[in-house]
Amino acid sequence: MKAVYINSVGSISSQKTFDNSSFLDDIISYEDHIILAVDPNYKDYISPANSRRMGKGIKMGVVASKIALNEANLDTVDAIITGTGMGCLRDSKKFLSAIIDNDEQFLTPTSFIQSTHNTVGGQIALGLQCKGYNFTYVHASISFESAVLDAKLMLENNEANTILVGGVDEIEDYTCSLHKLVNHIKKEKVSSTDLLHSKTEGAVFSEGANFFVLSNLKQDSSYAQIVAISTYNTLNTNITDVANTFLKENNLNIEAIDLLVLGNNGDIAHDSFYNELSSGIFENTQQVYYKHLCGEFNTASSFGMWLASKILKTQKLPEAVKLNTVQVSNYKTILLYNQYRGENHSFTLLRRC
Amino acid sequence: MSKGIAITGMGIISSIGNNVEENYRSLIEGKTGISRISKIKTLHRDHIMVGEIAFTNQELEQQLGLTPDNNYSRTALLGAIAAKQAVENAGISNINTYKTGLISATSVGGMDKTEAYYYDYFENKATQKYIAGHHAGHSTQKIAEQLGIEQSLVTTISTACSSAANSIMLGARLIKSGQLDRVIVGGSDCLSKFTINGFKTLMILSDTYNTPFDENRKGLNLGEAAAFLVLESDEVVQAENKPVLAYVKGYGNANDAYHQTASSENGDGATLAMQKALKVAELPSSDIDYINAHGTATGNNDLSEGRAILRVFEEGVPDFSSTKAYTGHTLAAAGAIEAVYSVLALQNNVVYPNLNFKTPMKEFSMTPQLELKEKELHTVLSNSLGFGGNCSTIIFSKKQ
Repeated sequence: MKAVYINSVGSISSQKTFDNSSFLDDIISYEDHIILAVDPNYKDYISPANSRRMGKGIKMGVVASKIALNEANLDTVDAIITGTGMGCLRDSKKFLSAIIDNDEQFLTPTSFIQSTHNTVGGQIALGLQCKGYNFTYVHASISFESAVLDAKLMLENNEANTILVGGVDEIEDYTCSLHKLVNHIKKEKVSSTDLLHSKTEGAVFSEGANFFVLSNLKQDSSYAQIVAISTYNTLNTNITDVANTFLKENNLNIEAIDLLVLGNNGDIAHDSFYNELSSGIFENTQQVYYKHLCGEFNTASSFGMWLASKILKTQKLPEAVKLNTVQVSNYKTILLYNQYRGENHSFTLLRRC
Repeated sequence: MSKGIAITGMGIISSIGNNVEENYRSLIEGKTGISRISKIKTLHRDHIMVGEIAFTNQELEQQLGLTPDNNYSRTALLGAIAAKQAVENAGISNINTYKTGLISATSVGGMDKTEAYYYDYFENKATQKYIAGHHAGHSTQKIAEQLGIEQSLVTTISTACSSAANSIMLGARLIKSGQLDRVIVGGSDCLSKFTINGFKTLMILSDTYNTPFDENRKGLNLGEAAAFLVLESDEVVQAENKPVLAYVKGYGNANDAYHQTASSENGDGATLAMQKALKVAELPSSDIDYINAHGTATGNNDLSEGRAILRVFEEGVPDFSSTKAYTGHTLAAAGAIEAVYSVLALQNNVVYPNLNFKTPMKEFSMTPQLELKEKELHTVLSNSLGFGGNCSTIIFSKKQ
């Protein structure tokens, strides 16, 4: 079985992450309940004609994947695997509202064509003329992890050597208004630095795209090795037991983890899963969080992987992500944990390479 | 030769039957499930035909024993019915005895509820329970709950019309690699105004019964359906002394990289998918006894797929037919529906007739199987091709 490496990254988020030469040097603080991705200059990557036709999710996905491909020095890959919770939400909503508001009349196909979940993966393939394996996972907060798991399986078995893997989701007004109705989005605006102290229900919603070139061939520029990834639809025990089992399956103990990357989103009703780990078995482990920087969306954990990759490669840890005061000088093994509303939990284990 | 992955159970609900036996009977009797739409109020009622399942949501909820406060979309209801049948058919009494996962596929997801309550959500609090079911993974979570699958690998694939074929492929790979002992794979999609109007704007909906591979084909009929298969490792099959229905022998996935919604004229993606599947199965194309084609009856698909079949099989095209004239195009579920039909073909040694065919296409001389044909079958190849250029092929075999 071959080892699997993260050879490059490409990130578009509500922070200025699209330039791989910097690493959260200037943090953007927000005070809101919905935050948007910071646009790179899309024209640097896509022709204006193509750009006009693409929805924001497609643009973010295509450009994040180009950034990752450039960094890995590749023109194409053997496979493309995308994770997206909601797909091209803006076009879906546009088509749906047109159906309802115009009583199924005067419709044009453009937004329907772009509405399918696999549009981003399809458009990346089209742009690269990549005829290889192409999958799209759409399972809430493990959409991205499913894509990584699939890629890891292929690379380990040498069914491919390079795979573009990413998580992408775009935000859209109508859907946000629904999530506000049921308090999945916070009622009040929260400042980034206070997110975990908000003591209210719901999260700050956002969008973004984080793509990675995964490979079973290590490069000098590689960021990390993906050692293991597991997803769980529900829990029938507590998260501590699941974490212990996951570590044991990988022949590791708690002391072997140098850094814990947590997906806390400030939702008082569901952050308890993270708190159980951070104040429990990982109390003496250095901890970071990131959803105050990138917001919550179905594939927000792909930003977590971007963060962990950057930390492993640069051995630097931005002050803004620190969750506790434990300090480590050398980052070798990082454990990531994420869940959303008590479902679709995931553990990912990265190692310095 | 590469070893196939055992299929030990199947479940299905479609417009031609509420279980495996009913579906099979309709297939061999040539009975179509295509009719006028009755459950969705649409302006296009008299201009389209669909493959609709007779049960109302309420009837499906009763069958599943759900309480009135449930928030299942029709996709989740159909999926749960089919998945439960599959698990029962596989003789599984305790789902958690082995490491069991679930991979479902959907394109519509909870869209039926979103379009029904689009504005009501803001007025009527009782409808708000469906908001959490907006995303595609929700139906899969509900199916997992119905099956009792906990703390396990449960995920959803959405690659348009090839989705369920891809869930079978992933399931087979997860068992092959030892990640899971058992996996329930399949897909579910209900009819919705969204897809009806979407395909309508693309002008690929037929106003009458669809006619796959016919020169005068007018487009597809949408259908709703769900189907699931149980895949199990050799260890489980041996330990439990399980009867095996058939094997997943090969699989291939490729992207056409041609157009977001149209297939390339020469079927590059479909050709690659079939070639890859044959390679994984380690079989020459001459070993395929029957092709269950994607055959949606759109001008574009049947030409592209037909050319791809000719490229792969050249002079030796085996018996082939599309079963879309029975069920309509059931989108993300199609790959699983046709997987069940392929396994039934192997079990019963029959090739289903391609209904409604009259005139061969002018571009090539290919005539699908027109009458029910009984012959010994060893391997069946099934294609699923879709939007986003996603092309998938699964090969099923009688022997491992």
